[in-house]
Amino acid sequence: MPNLAVPVPVSRLVARLPAQPPSLVFCLLANRVLWPALLQLDWQPLVGRRYAIRVKDLGLTFRFKVTPRGFAADGGAPELSISASARDFALLMSRREDPDTLFFSRRLVSEGDTELGLVVKNLLDALDPDAVLRRLPQPLAYAARRLMAG
Amino acid sequence: MPLDLVCPAGNLMSLKAAVDHGADAVYMGFRDNTNARAFPGLNFDEAQAAEGLRYAHDRGRRVLLALNTYPQPDNWPRWTQAIDSAARLGMDAVIVADAGLMRYAVKNHPRLRLHLSVQGSATSYEAINFYREHYGIQRAVLPRVLSLPQVENVVKNTEVEIELFGFGGLCVMVEGRCLLSSYCTGESPNSAGVCSPAKAVQWKETPTGLESRLNGVLLDRYGKDEKAGYPTLCKGRFEVAGETYYAIEEPTSLNTLDLLPEMLAMGIAAIKIEGRQRSPAYVAQVTRVWRAAIDAVKQNADGFKAMPGWHAELNKLSEGQSHTLGAYHRPWK
Repeated sequence: MPNLAVPVPVSRLVARLPAQPPSLVFCLLANRVLWPALLQLDWQPLVGRRYAIRVKDLGLTFRFKVTPRGFAADGGAPELSISASARDFALLMSRREDPDTLFFSRRLVSEGDTELGLVVKNLLDALDPDAVLRRLPQPLAYAARRLMAG
Repeated sequence: MPLDLVCPAGNLMSLKAAVDHGADAVYMGFRDNTNARAFPGLNFDEAQAAEGLRYAHDRGRRVLLALNTYPQPDNWPRWTQAIDSAARLGMDAVIVADAGLMRYAVKNHPRLRLHLSVQGSATSYEAINFYREHYGIQRAVLPRVLSLPQVENVVKNTEVEIELFGFGGLCVMVEGRCLLSSYCTGESPNSAGVCSPAKAVQWKETPTGLESRLNGVLLDRYGKDEKAGYPTLCKGRFEVAGETYYAIEEPTSLNTLDLLPEMLAMGIAAIKIEGRQRSPAYVAQVTRVWRAAIDAVKQNADGFKAMPGWHAELNKLSEGQSHTLGAYHRPWK
């Protein structure tokens, strides 16, 4: 009889999957694409804090914390929650819309620690888009550049 | 050249956006309270400032450093070190409000160009000429309280270049002398570098609306579809004698596109865009519009008319419900 037991790390991973697959996928992607670019900046103030990003129209919530090694899914109570529609997040990420503009017009909602919110906003503003796009697979990077060019 | 376009940069990406979209000069601050946008994560360290200078100078543009807060006796060296850094980095000018700092700059870095900050609160040519005679200032940024004829009177009576605010958020404009927020936070904007320190600001969605508080003091409650503003005390709505309204100042944005022909005719040296706290997207959008407008007015001042598209793009970016020509266009003096 072969040993069919699932290795412990894998079973632990699978056990977590049903509860938080979106957060896990988010962290996987963020670690690959965003983290190397963040390391060029003053990222330390992000560490040890819990975050939630809600994509309102898709009913998706990503919950995570930032560790010295990157993003990690985390179900704990967030210290900062940022909510917007998928379209507005895309406009923000492609630098076609200004976060304060979206905030004034109530399309972007930030709740929790205001200082942490400003740190996040200012870090994302300071990110070099090329440093992020370099980490994307070619077709995605191409699509993103098209989006940024309007 | 008259009507230089001076644009804000809170980070390297914004600086590049300003230069790429046609700013003649970009202004920035260091990462501490030596400037009036001392927000966490914003502004430049020396290496970033050097890179920004390189980027701008390679393209024939200038970089100005805002050192526009007031040092206190216990932290004086931080401001003088910032002046030293500016000279070492090769900043094209420093924008200074404190007379002691001007004196330090003149004595130690006589070739460093000095601009009198709006925080210096000089509204008369007598005051501006005083700074010229004593510290050799080359340009003054006028407080946003003068009407256009008053501005013209200043320009006619000084050899100092005059820079005017053209676009961006307005406040009560007791510039350099406003202590309002310190009643809530214990920190003066003129020495701590911000009106509303982020650590003292709370935003909360409630059943009756989105509430903003400064150190617990309710500043405003925005209804469901109401446009929100920055959480500053001067732009809050307060209950006064049974009525709730903007008791101090309504959140509005300045937009002087329509006044460009007058500004050109009276010899205004530069137009300043507010907003170092805003993102590269804002800087790109505002710079693009103002570049087009300034080029248009220089080409044909008499036939100049602000395009509706320019106003639409700027309106979208603004804080508050409306745009105003500010004091420039008021009939009373």
